[in-house]
Amino acid sequence: MLSPYIPIAIFVVVATGFALFTLVFSGLLHPEKYNKVKLEPYECGIEPLTDARDRYSIRYYLVAMLFVIFDVETVFMFPWAVIFDKLLLFGLIEMLVFIFILVVGYYYAWQKGALEWV
Amino acid sequence: MVDTLVIPILKILIVLNATLVAVTYMVLLERKVIAWAQSRLGPMRVGPYGILQPVADAVKLMIKEDITPTRADKWVFTAAPIISMVPALIVYAVIPFGPEVNLFGRRVTLFITDVNVGLLYIVSVASVGVYGIILAGYASNSKFPLLASLRASAQLISYEVAVTLTLVSVILMAGSLSMVSIVRAQESSHLWYAFVQPLAFGIFVIGSLAETNRAPFDMPEAEQELTGGFHTEYSGMRFALFFLAEYANMIVVSSVATTLFLGGWLRPFPSVAMLSVLDVVPSWTWFLIKSFLFLYFFIWIRATLPIANLVVTGIVKVVLL
Repeated sequence: MLSPYIPIAIFVVVATGFALFTLVFSGLLHPEKYNKVKLEPYECGIEPLTDARDRYSIRYYLVAMLFVIFDVETVFMFPWAVIFDKLLLFGLIEMLVFIFILVVGYYYAWQKGALEWV
Repeated sequence: MVDTLVIPILKILIVLNATLVAVTYMVLLERKVIAWAQSRLGPMRVGPYGILQPVADAVKLMIKEDITPTRADKWVFTAAPIISMVPALIVYAVIPFGPEVNLFGRRVTLFITDVNVGLLYIVSVASVGVYGIILAGYASNSKFPLLASLRASAQLISYEVAVTLTLVSVILMAGSLSMVSIVRAQESSHLWYAFVQPLAFGIFVIGSLAETNRAPFDMPEAEQELTGGFHTEYSGMRFALFFLAEYANMIVVSSVATTLFLGGWLRPFPSVAMLSVLDVVPSWTWFLIKSFLFLYFFIWIRATLPIANLVVTGIVKVVLL
């Protein structure tokens, strides 16, 4: 049952191991001559005055929330698509109803201006 | 024991090494093709026609000084390139390079594993990679990488749904999520799905350009505006891992497109008996040729089109005003 997943687990271990190995290996090779200016964050030569993680408006956050809804919707469509040839017309109507409900919600969000770049 | 452990490990090592070599030569190919597109020669110094350039690049990145900025979050800063690279590599676990072949008197499948939710696995693993970019921008604690990582997430949420929906059309045709079954279904229906679902194929290509942050959708890395994007603060090997992840993602996307829409390991026109002479070419060669053409298309696009926010706003203005 789980046997097809064993190679995937091995691959995760091998890939992570490769990444760690290269980091450690290059850590042994590369020079380390640091100074204060070199270690500053890059800001075109100007000394950064504030922390970069300032509070500012992420303008697309409503779009991001809608994305969650519609991405979950696509995941619902995956199993439906697999057995579509058994469900036939019944499955098609079911899916149309499902998408119709989503489209109504989408239209509402659109009219409310959720897709505007605020 | 041999079948469950030794052979998968051998295959994983082969695929990993092939990917790394492919990535380094992909970089050279890109530089060469763009150079030719602009009437330049490209890399010519290292080895004949510059073919040893990738080796020189790898050595250089290996022995480069690796800087962690003082304000950065040290652990996340180191973890981000790993989080970005590992998903890009492990997607190859379910990509079928060919059917079964006889090798040293043993039936060997030319794919690492065939899980029955292969396509779902690819979609989910591939979208983990963007976490690496977002964490890199956040951990750098520098303004340009932070802006670039926000752009990367904006780009992901803009194109992810469209790309995933195109996959649904493929599943509808094949009736399965397993990558091997999808190729088999194309074999039995004698058609590549690119011809049955041209719209889905087109959307998938454009969407995957955006998801791999390639030109003309390379806003997260727009050198003109963000001085290098999310890896502005990265240097040395950690930068190399991001670079590797980006190009490995391109190869993944072209392999997925080949499997889903271009018939995977099948030869062109699988139904035409006259062309059966083409069967002398091993099936995995067809897979590699198709993937290569797809990668070439990516480079070609980059050499041809300007960055998308100009293109898109231009189109919007022409259509709407």
